[in-house]
Amino acid sequence: MSDDTKNTEWPLWEVFYQPKDGKPFEHAGSVHAPDAEMALQNARDTYARRNEGIALWIVPSDQIIASTPEDVGPFFDPANDKPYRHPQFYSVPRAVKKRK
Amino acid sequence: MSTFDTIPQTRKEALIEILLRLGDDRLIHGHRLSEWAGHGPELEEDLALANVALDMIGHASSLYAYAAELDGKEDEDYYAYFRDDIDFKNIAMVELPRGDFAFTMARQFLFSAFSYFLYDKLIKTVDDEQFNGMLQKHFKEIKYHLRHSREWVFRLGDGTDESHKRTQDAFDEIWMYTGEMFDMDEADKAAIKHNLFVDVTSFKDEWKNLVNETLEEATLSVPDYDQYMFSGSRQGRHTEHLGPLLAQMQFLRRSHPDAEWK
Repeated sequence: MSDDTKNTEWPLWEVFYQPKDGKPFEHAGSVHAPDAEMALQNARDTYARRNEGIALWIVPSDQIIASTPEDVGPFFDPANDKPYRHPQFYSVPRAVKKRK
Repeated sequence: MSTFDTIPQTRKEALIEILLRLGDDRLIHGHRLSEWAGHGPELEEDLALANVALDMIGHASSLYAYAAELDGKEDEDYYAYFRDDIDFKNIAMVELPRGDFAFTMARQFLFSAFSYFLYDKLIKTVDDEQFNGMLQKHFKEIKYHLRHSREWVFRLGDGTDESHKRTQDAFDEIWMYTGEMFDMDEADKAAIKHNLFVDVTSFKDEWKNLVNETLEEATLSVPDYDQYMFSGSRQGRHTEHLGPLLAQMQFLRRSHPDAEWK
């Protein structure tokens, strides 16, 4: 730790937890912590104390690459009128349905 | 008729005594930690302290509940709320005022390290299914308490000049209360005979090694193990700090003995 007292705020970390084996990690929220080990412990105490998950990922918040509000148009709007990109758009042949 | 009537009286008494000693350490320590609620140095640490406090009070609660069953008391609340300071069997270290954050972490580390070795040995020894089951459950939480407090000792000791000084002062101040953890009396020996307790001096060196390693890495000096040590709390001779703690903890229940959560 440094003696720098000008910035007393601890760095921010993003917390992800895995609810069950094999499930994808989900974003839980964020915590302040002086370093990685304490971030892990703070995440455990803040987000995993009610049996929420079985594993945690901690990422320094400034290492997350995020899209900006300006990206909304070019990134996401074009998908609005392309329902055929969803598998549900296609009707399932009767023979396949029967096999279920 | 209770199912415990089949347990010989001497064994039952030995077991009750051990359950209360373990329970009292944890209830009083847990209460001291609970005094941090809303006063933690950071939001996250406030939650962590409250979690540890709840864990410890939970441990006490299950130990007391078993003692109450054996002892024919109505429930665990009897032990927490209706005994006076002279009846409490906790060591003095856990009743000392909460102090600053460095003091709180230094005490937590010393006590959790002790609990870690104690429970590790107890789980291999205790010949009572219900008691042993509790110990195994608590042990997981104790490992976390040890990890959390030990990491803080590193950071506070090897932190700023201010945090180093406060942490060194904390260890120096607590030191004379550490000897009691390893005191043994007739009640301990009786419980050992029934395979319900262990010789606490058998793991004193392991505890010392962990304390020495941790303080060294935290750039702190280890106080003298052979200095004067406070003793007598397990027999009810407490410091002046336990009375006011009990007054605060017990007054509501004693004023309204039949009150219920609605």
